[in-house]
Amino acid sequence: MLAAILAAGLAVGAVYALIGVTYNIMFSASRVMSFTSGQMGMLGGVLGTLCISRLGLPIIPGFVLAMVGCAAIGVVTEVIAVRPVLKALDQHLYVLSTLGFALMIQTFTAIEFSTEPQPFPRLIGIGEGNPWDEKFWLPVVACFATIGGLELLYRRTLVGRAFLAIAEDNFAARALGLPERNLRMASFALAGAVGGLAGFAGGELLLAFFANGATLNFFGFVPVALGGLGNNKGAVIGGLALGVFQQAANFLMGGVVASVAVFAVFIVVLLVAPQGLFGAPAARRV
Amino acid sequence: MRGLLPYAVILAAALVLPFVANDYWAVIGARAAVYWVLVAGLNLVVGYGGQLAIGWVALLTLGSYTAAILVARFDLSPFLAYGAGGVVGALAGVVVGLPALRLRTFYFAMTTLGFATIVTQVALSWQSVTGGGIGLPGPALSPPFDSPWGFYLLTLAFAAVVTWMTANVANSRWGRSLVAIRDAEVAAEATGISKARLLTIVFLFAGFTAGVAGGLFGTLQSYITPDAFTFDLSVTFFIAILIGGRGSILGPLLGNVLLTLLPEFAAPLVAWSTFLYATLLLAIVLLMPGGIAALLDFRNRTPLESHRSIVPRPDRVAALLKHGAARDDIVLRNVVLAFGGVRAIDGLDITIQAGRVHGLIGPNGSGKTTTLNVISGYYEPREGEAFLGTRVLPHGKPQTRSAMGIARTFQTPRVIGEASVLRNVMIGATIDGHASFMESALTLPRHRSDEKHLTARAMDALAIVGLESLASVRADRLQHSELRFVEIARALCGRPAFLLLDEPAAGLSTEEITRLGSLIKAVAAAGTGVLLVEHHADLIFDICDQVTVLNLGKELAAGTPAEIRSHKEVVSAYLGA
Repeated sequence: MLAAILAAGLAVGAVYALIGVTYNIMFSASRVMSFTSGQMGMLGGVLGTLCISRLGLPIIPGFVLAMVGCAAIGVVTEVIAVRPVLKALDQHLYVLSTLGFALMIQTFTAIEFSTEPQPFPRLIGIGEGNPWDEKFWLPVVACFATIGGLELLYRRTLVGRAFLAIAEDNFAARALGLPERNLRMASFALAGAVGGLAGFAGGELLLAFFANGATLNFFGFVPVALGGLGNNKGAVIGGLALGVFQQAANFLMGGVVASVAVFAVFIVVLLVAPQGLFGAPAARRV
Repeated sequence: MRGLLPYAVILAAALVLPFVANDYWAVIGARAAVYWVLVAGLNLVVGYGGQLAIGWVALLTLGSYTAAILVARFDLSPFLAYGAGGVVGALAGVVVGLPALRLRTFYFAMTTLGFATIVTQVALSWQSVTGGGIGLPGPALSPPFDSPWGFYLLTLAFAAVVTWMTANVANSRWGRSLVAIRDAEVAAEATGISKARLLTIVFLFAGFTAGVAGGLFGTLQSYITPDAFTFDLSVTFFIAILIGGRGSILGPLLGNVLLTLLPEFAAPLVAWSTFLYATLLLAIVLLMPGGIAALLDFRNRTPLESHRSIVPRPDRVAALLKHGAARDDIVLRNVVLAFGGVRAIDGLDITIQAGRVHGLIGPNGSGKTTTLNVISGYYEPREGEAFLGTRVLPHGKPQTRSAMGIARTFQTPRVIGEASVLRNVMIGATIDGHASFMESALTLPRHRSDEKHLTARAMDALAIVGLESLASVRADRLQHSELRFVEIARALCGRPAFLLLDEPAAGLSTEEITRLGSLIKAVAAAGTGVLLVEHHADLIFDICDQVTVLNLGKELAAGTPAEIRSHKEVVSAYLGA
């Protein structure tokens, strides 16, 4: 049973962590937290099923197409829900604009795709029914590959450093002549792809279901809140811990208690450390 | 009185409805009224207080189940059950709402969303009590309320009472304080508004109306299941307020009616209704952030006179301030304050005497504003203390300063752009009101006398700074220099014993600076001590009794203006030859 809890816990935890990373990438580029983060995960699953099962594409092209689709939605998020409200960041209009756009994505999917969970195609076919079933380790592999890739991107490439510069000091970066707007759009495309990867890799576990978006929005935000906004390592640690905790509570006490427990931990940690366990303290106000 | 006309029209239309429409419309009308009972309360939280509680449907669920369970299992009378639902809603409202005191907007929105999810899950799985997915019957009423129109009129009565109460709250110091913490939180603290206390009361009230609405909702539906309380419903409530516009009662009322009726007129679109609402939300935020209320705000579209000059009347200051016996001095002793490795204030002793003007000058970064922030409680010094007479000024609690008679202005004016100038100034005397929240909601005598006195005092303060002709204008239409004087009026409105001014002359014309100078002198003559942080050396030397010069967080020199002017180091470090 321990193996089952760990396998399932790490798997969903990895999905949560990746959604957390999606939040972080969007936040770094724009100082905006977006309700579309979880929807990207949902779209990863839905587009995967759509491309592979319904259109009958082979797995690799289907995967690529799904990722491109999610990246495109990421860019659209930036253009219609984020950019117009950036000039009045202190009014927090982004909470409302991204909520509106996220709901549009969700209801559109429900109506045009399906209101019922749809099966996700079997990708490789390893370990059916065992704790080493691919549906458990694929998300974990995807999570660590993403983190590794992001580290390489941020540390070794010019574009990655430009991303960091924008995140660190937007004004200074613009004064240096960095194309802030294009970098922001690229960040949102990247965020869309990372979120989509979460949904695609976790597709066999979570299925292709429109309501996953709202669930992932919340459970993907918990690791961000726990780990500190903008901190990817914090998000991964927080996400994996959350997944294992949730699955353990689920096995031992049932789904509702697990949800209540996660919520309680979330609230308590936030109230004790509003900036997260690994985050930086808030800025001066006066 | 003209403000009442739209409400009277809406109420008349609602009362005519039974005579012109069939029973189907009774159900639609009752639904709009029940939703409004919730939305009216939520409007205080979202529209006035600016707290983005997007999961408010959770309280509707709790109220609904409480009432239904009490009636179905314990045979309670439905009206008592509605009340019980309200009480549960109020308690849950505080539980859901209070994280807002510590969390930033998106975090808070997330917690309310999480709470809503949990409540639905519990309702679904706690079968022995809630009936799980099968649900349970809502409270059934006895005649005359068991007919569609009977129930409609009942819900209409509830809606009318809630509208009246929230409108009263909105036009009281409670409503003004809510807008203040939404748009100018730092200034709100300086005027003594306690965010914790204010939000607790408002969440209790809004939770109560949501709980009562839940009970009524159960009767309306006649049978409740967890499916009835979707997140979409929560979004609808939220959007009704945003379409209506922040800080308005009429706007959200119209928004609520509009959203309830919309699916009836667009039957083929029912499946798409949530999509439509979401699009509407996005469109409103991007294209019309002011909502319906901004469209209806005709008064603030008439152009203002273009060449306005501010003519203060210092002769009226004494009548407003009315000080009694001699006051205590503000004394700082050996105050040290560091930001990281930078010692912004490094062992400062300073005494600001009652009834005198004390100038604080020095180069940028010398610690002037920081000193002011220590006195007004925003910063906690690492060493040393600030005293008012013998009383220690508590660190990190800016909301305590107003009651101790210390008022301040800010380097960049912090006013509520969407509120009228008069309401902005009235904020300054918030703590002098006596009526409790419920007294204000019911317009009891103490509320009415509060309003009368605070309005009169704010008008006096506006007359002193010379802006009374602009009292009813939205503050964001004023010029920068006028905003500076609005801030001074707000500070004076609280009848302070000490007035801390942070660069009040910045951005003013020479003429305005002269007038400001005589105003400050009059304030000091009336017994109020003034601490003046300023870069205009002429103003400082003209009106100050005492001047302290700071450099790198330390006192470089102190004395009368004449002494400072001839002080060698000051001249070389700051004034220039």
